[in-house]
Amino acid sequence: MNSTCRIRVAGFGGQGVMMFGQMLAYSATHDELNTLWFPSYGPETRGGTANCSVIVSNQTINSPVFKAADHLVVFNMPSLTKFQEQIEQGGLILYNASLIKTAVKSDKALVVGIPINDIAHDLGSLQVANMVMLGAYLELTGLFTDATITEIIKKFMGERKAHMVEINIQAIAAGRKQIRDIGVTYVKTS
Amino acid sequence: MGRILMKGNEAIAVAAIRGGIDAFFGYPITPQNEIPEYLSKHLLANGKAFVQAESEVAAINMVYGAAGAGARVMTSSSSPGIALKQEGISYLCGAQLPAVIVSVMRGGPGLGGIQPSQADYYQATRGGGNGDYNLIVFGPETIQETVDIMKEAFAIADQYRNPVLVLVDGLIGQMMESIDLDRPVKERNLPPKDYATTGTRNHPGRHIINSLYLDPLELENHNKKLQQKYALVKAQETRYETVDLEDADYVIVAYGTMARIVRSAMETLKKLGIKVGMIRPITIWPYPEAAFDLIKADCKGILCTEMSAGQMLDDVLIANNGRHKVAFYGRMGGMVPDPEEIVAAIKNFSDWVVK
Repeated sequence: MNSTCRIRVAGFGGQGVMMFGQMLAYSATHDELNTLWFPSYGPETRGGTANCSVIVSNQTINSPVFKAADHLVVFNMPSLTKFQEQIEQGGLILYNASLIKTAVKSDKALVVGIPINDIAHDLGSLQVANMVMLGAYLELTGLFTDATITEIIKKFMGERKAHMVEINIQAIAAGRKQIRDIGVTYVKTS
Repeated sequence: MGRILMKGNEAIAVAAIRGGIDAFFGYPITPQNEIPEYLSKHLLANGKAFVQAESEVAAINMVYGAAGAGARVMTSSSSPGIALKQEGISYLCGAQLPAVIVSVMRGGPGLGGIQPSQADYYQATRGGGNGDYNLIVFGPETIQETVDIMKEAFAIADQYRNPVLVLVDGLIGQMMESIDLDRPVKERNLPPKDYATTGTRNHPGRHIINSLYLDPLELENHNKKLQQKYALVKAQETRYETVDLEDADYVIVAYGTMARIVRSAMETLKKLGIKVGMIRPITIWPYPEAAFDLIKADCKGILCTEMSAGQMLDDVLIANNGRHKVAFYGRMGGMVPDPEEIVAAIKNFSDWVVK
């Protein structure tokens, strides 16, 4: 990559929003890029909506806060409503089509819906829905390779959750496959 | 070793260990809880001291005791908790005891909120404790800089026998960045801790740690010694960074997270053809007044920006000494401005002029 990518991730507490963002930040560090992860840590994290911001760059990262994101990843309807206008021209909105049933439109960004809950359910664990989303996100943006993500998943799960590594890797693959099946490609225009 | 991804609070704890911490005393408060959480695991496992005290007041007095015994000692808290420690901080300065205090600022006044703020600049630089004292106060802008300063902080405190305060906002505490823990630290020649109360088996005669001087002449002489020390700190430890200052039509002054937001705003302003520079104090006490002498004479104005109602603004006005127009833009209560707001404040400079 040769620029700065600002990513906003939002959803209900418990949907794996923070982990989604941290996987990106750990992957960026692994690939020797600069990165910054910032959670919403207010009372809303104790139930209700949760969101985090991630910046990935091959340059020095200045402001940790930003208004418009390059990429918006939303796991539920309230998050879409809250953040869909805060997107850059040529950006990407990736949403959870299992929970957001209305048509999503944007005159600024490419919009892609993935039924991550249904795909995760078919894999046998609703818990990995966020990893299905991550797979779809990585397929669209080309940010990190499977080799990087696999290593980060192993590190993240540690010994205690080593048995969860395989299904997380499957979920990433399923998310990537879904994007290829839809046949959508994303090229940032600005 | 390459860079690793760490949360600010945890990085502060790791850097304290690298800096040689012997003991930590504190009381929980958001948004700095990961500091004591991390230290509670690692200090006890390595034969060092960790106490979660019954209150902030107890914790700062434990700091006083351990510092008096010669230990490298630390406490951390957030705004209302630092308020409770003020009496002990004044005593540490009076008794000339080294310690490291980390203040992770949240919105106030009162219990306020838990979102990032810079409204404790007065608390850090003017203090809430009694008497003519100063803390050596750092206001780093990134997790990396916070780590570098934390690794050095115990040695600075030991060199001057004075508490060092590392002042960060909740954002620095809560975010994660990729950092290098192994950057070199300046070597310092430290005086022996010949004041430490380690028991008469270790030193002939009694050592007394005290800040009480009932004879006013004796107390004035003690104060003169302290003032000489503070003058030395000013001469030797003042730190700041300037960015594109020489040619700047507008100069922005910011510290901590605000300085990073200003850097992004400066990129936009340059694209608009506006020549803008920055003064970034790294120590906020001593304040880098000399940096303001580098501003060109026909500069159109100085914008001070903070996550507060304008506290560092006082020091900007003192340093500017009536030379240029000064404006202020700030947000309060845990609101963090985005770079666009700073761009707008420079474009509409005259709307924000205070003096």
